[in-house]
Amino acid sequence: MIVMFRFLACLWFLLAAPAFADPLADLIPKLGRGGFADKAEVAAELGALGDGRAIAALRALADGKLVTRADGSVAIAEPAGEGVKLAHPLTGADLGTSAADTVERIRINNRLRAAIAAALGALQIFSPNPEERLAAAREAAKAPTPELALALDKALAAETVPAVRAALRSAQAAVQLSVGTIEQRIRAVEALSAATDPQVRNLLRQVAQAAEAPAELRAAAETALRSIERRLQLAGLAEILFQGVSLGSVLLLAAIGLAITFGVMGVINMAHGEMIMIGAYTAFVVQEIFRAYLPPDAVDLYLPAAVPAAFLAAALVGIALERGVIRFLYGRALETLLATWGISLMLQQAVRSVFGAPNKEVANPAWMTGGFEPVGGFFVAYNRLAIVVFCFLVLGAIALILRRTAFGLHVRAVTQNRDMAKAMGIPVARIDALTFGLGSGIAGMAGVALSQIGNVSPNLGQIYIVDSFMVVVFGGVGSLLGTLAGAMTLGVINKLLEPVAGAVLGKIVVLAAIIVFIQRRPRGLFAPRGRAAEG
Amino acid sequence: MGALLTPRGWWALIGSGLIAAVGVPLANLLPAPGSALHLPDYMVPLLGKYACFAILALSLDLVWGYAGILSLGHGAFFALGGYCMGMHLMRQIGPRGVYGHPVLPDFMVFLNWKELPWYWQGFDQFWFAALMAMLVPGALALAFGYFAFRSRVTGVYLSIITQALTFALLLAFFRNDMGFGGNNGLTDFKDILGFPVQARATRLGLFVASVAALGASFLICRLVVASKLGRVLLAIRDAESRVRFLGYSVTNAKLFAFVLSATMAGVAGALYVPQVGIINPSEFSPANSIEIAIWVAVGGRGTLIGAVAGAGLVNGAKSWLTGVAPELWLFALGALFVVVTLFLPRGIVGLAARWKAREP
Amino acid sequence: MIDDRSGRLSDALLYLDGVSVSFDGFKALNALSLIVGQGELRTVIGPNGAGKTTMMDVITGRTRPDAGAALFDGRHDLTRLDEAAIANLGIGRKFQRPTVFENLSVFENLELALKAPRGVFAGLGFRLGGGEARRIEDILVQVGLAERRHQQAGALSHGQKQWLEIGMLLVQDARLLLLDEPVAGMTDAETEATAGLLRAIAGERTVVVVEHDMEFVRGLGCPVTVLHEGSVLAEGSLDKVQADPRVIDVYLGR
Repeated sequence: MIVMFRFLACLWFLLAAPAFADPLADLIPKLGRGGFADKAEVAAELGALGDGRAIAALRALADGKLVTRADGSVAIAEPAGEGVKLAHPLTGADLGTSAADTVERIRINNRLRAAIAAALGALQIFSPNPEERLAAAREAAKAPTPELALALDKALAAETVPAVRAALRSAQAAVQLSVGTIEQRIRAVEALSAATDPQVRNLLRQVAQAAEAPAELRAAAETALRSIERRLQLAGLAEILFQGVSLGSVLLLAAIGLAITFGVMGVINMAHGEMIMIGAYTAFVVQEIFRAYLPPDAVDLYLPAAVPAAFLAAALVGIALERGVIRFLYGRALETLLATWGISLMLQQAVRSVFGAPNKEVANPAWMTGGFEPVGGFFVAYNRLAIVVFCFLVLGAIALILRRTAFGLHVRAVTQNRDMAKAMGIPVARIDALTFGLGSGIAGMAGVALSQIGNVSPNLGQIYIVDSFMVVVFGGVGSLLGTLAGAMTLGVINKLLEPVAGAVLGKIVVLAAIIVFIQRRPRGLFAPRGRAAEG
Repeated sequence: MGALLTPRGWWALIGSGLIAAVGVPLANLLPAPGSALHLPDYMVPLLGKYACFAILALSLDLVWGYAGILSLGHGAFFALGGYCMGMHLMRQIGPRGVYGHPVLPDFMVFLNWKELPWYWQGFDQFWFAALMAMLVPGALALAFGYFAFRSRVTGVYLSIITQALTFALLLAFFRNDMGFGGNNGLTDFKDILGFPVQARATRLGLFVASVAALGASFLICRLVVASKLGRVLLAIRDAESRVRFLGYSVTNAKLFAFVLSATMAGVAGALYVPQVGIINPSEFSPANSIEIAIWVAVGGRGTLIGAVAGAGLVNGAKSWLTGVAPELWLFALGALFVVVTLFLPRGIVGLAARWKAREP
Repeated sequence: MIDDRSGRLSDALLYLDGVSVSFDGFKALNALSLIVGQGELRTVIGPNGAGKTTMMDVITGRTRPDAGAALFDGRHDLTRLDEAAIANLGIGRKFQRPTVFENLSVFENLELALKAPRGVFAGLGFRLGGGEARRIEDILVQVGLAERRHQQAGALSHGQKQWLEIGMLLVQDARLLLLDEPVAGMTDAETEATAGLLRAIAGERTVVVVEHDMEFVRGLGCPVTVLHEGSVLAEGSLDKVQADPRVIDVYLGR
């Protein structure tokens, strides 16, 4: 939606601008007339006008390539053989070649050169290169002049890159704060109190602390600062919460299959992390196939194809694991743990042999790169958002499967009382295999999600396996709600602790907290109580 | 029942101990290098390492094979013991470090630390470091075990939180500001008790010390499992709640075994570090801890001799295979986990017992 | 009436008053009150879900009641002690499903149950004394497992495991024996022998038996307490409670 709006705004700007009377077209020929002082004035005006089309002409002027033609018009000249190749200073349109002596180079002196540099600096905010725009905007914020106001307004209207927008906004604020009467400046301060930009905050702080500023202006800045601080705190909290939910979604995707198989079969699958890894490598393979056989603009479609592929790949491996190993170890939970660990070692090594040990990169599709800023200081990355949405879709789908299908009914029956389910004729062995397939398949899809936020490596699963266990232990076994609560709690707590304690220490604190927690509630947050629950 | 060892058992123990403690140094020192009887120098610390691993396997067998506690964090106790010894060896370097600081180890000088952290005090004394190598793992096991066993965390839940314990320690020891050398750990040791660690005689001495510690550990474990407490532990393994109704404190019995086991693991770690010359956070990695379980399982859990044999066999195979075909080792190890749990639930000791029963 | 109650209270070995336990809204015990005197033999019957096993769980400390008092010997508050402490007060329990230590021999099972200091270090230094060994031998004979003393307990038949578990209670020297379905899986002859054994034990010790087998209950010839929906429905001799219309109603369905 926002992207669309921005696109339209941009389009409007491009189409509408030339339709109005064009002051630029009037100014450019003036570069060819008068003395150096006059030309410098024109250059300053071009800078203030804030029209990026002037950049080419100004650069040409600085490089000594701007010429006056016989008819008094101005053109950009490139040497071409004997003569010169002429181009329109604004549009760049080809004006043909002519002999070198039919045009006259516009000469410059140092004063004019300085004026050109200043104008170009201001116009850089229209450069096609976002990094140049960012640098120019930061420059403008450092040395605000009244002339910049118009250029900044225009640049802001056209800007789409969030970082540059933020820099432009603070430059704009800096201009508004530094010029005009006291009343105008106080009004500017008051207007800025609605902002959430950290850079605006720094500007206001400068004003509040500037000794030469009038007292009422400083007071107004103080008030504005306080309101911005409050809002920034909220935005920061919102960002942390979002990051927490995002991490929680990753954990949930990684843990949910584990919780299901643990709940139904009472076994811990130590190779669960490798199911995630298989899913991630499936995404990589699908991407490579799309790159090799499809036109470039269709490559982004690999992601929707990778999700079911990863589900199937991991589910098949999971079913094979259950049929081949785990079913022979039923009732020996600790042995199952060891055997599946062995499987996990072999799967890691197998993937390492096939794909090599170095990380593989799975690219985000175009629509998942970047992000947006609903309020200043709160950035939402599209790939993270997509994972949150995907995670809840998966959760919903699993809930539906478990609540609404015959398979789900059987799964729940086996979870609650395996012997009774068997006695009632439920095909327990098949349910075990399918449950294992389902749990592993979900892990595979989690792998696709993880491939979107990091690199893919053979030990990808190991990174998440301890956390997944913690989610299951914390949330309680065999309860989707518990897993959801566990994953989100751990995700948010992790992210809340990170700024306070640092990422590693935060994680240690969380692990320690869970170790303590499990002693209080050995069967998790959402454990059933009663005789059936005690073994 | 009751007796520590049968007369034959005593002979076997003392005999094998002597063969190792006397035979290895002789084979290393007497025959000329290149002769078939000669034991190459690199083999001595390798065999010493195996002895340390055998102690570690015994310690895990005591809690897993007898009390049913599958700890996936025993590598943590081993590493803690190793760090205690490593700290002593670091302090022994004294002014001979790269930066030549009289007291501070190199990494602290590198981090611009001005003085020794309080928890590094005392480690210049060997006896203190040796004591800490047992007390620190023991105290951690006591604190962790007390809460876990009192809350009746059992089975896979216990396994998972022990794994979380060692994982948390792994992360913690990676941090530079913990004061244990961060990623690189502790290394570049110079001497132990005044003897240069690289010297042939020191290595032989460390090997003999490891074998002696292994023998002592075996006897201590034997003392426990042959006592009535050993039968209480077995009873806990098989029917924990029933033991409570007989009036035994399951918490205390498990705690005793767990703390004793952690202490032994600490001793193993302390002997291991001077022989390999380094201790770093990777010793805390969960994978290391799980590997101990397969040593015990291969040998046969619930039998002490099985734990020792399993540690030797698996590590011997590892040394050989990582030399010949390193990429195959993880396949082999993984397959071992599967094959042993599926087909050899009682390990090779169980297999031998079955053969023996069939023979007459 | 009041005198009578207080008189019984003074020599009551087990005293439950208003004990309630609920699991997720299901009331397993509902203000259950029960008094068992010193040396008494008592049978507790009731349909499935009446709360018999939960009652035993409360007495032995496995389950904490939501409300009510549970006193042993008039002074020990059972709701505050854990299983081991309660066992050491002299309360022994036999489970519905026989739970013996399958990997230990019959003798070792009895040795573990034998009354002796229960501490960790006591266990480390324990040596079986001659008197204690003889006591175990006596019990082995009493429960008919003398021939199998070195066999692994896991190799015993279901009935033999039941006997071993009873033997463990005896060697434990418990003052109060709680037996959950002690004759399930026994032959008629074994059942009769068990009834005889329990009758012999009672008097010296206090025995509470939960049982479904009415022949066995009749064989015990002792007062019967009928539980229903977590509280006492009727009490008295077997003939008396069997004639009680409420009891008939409960057993024959509503």
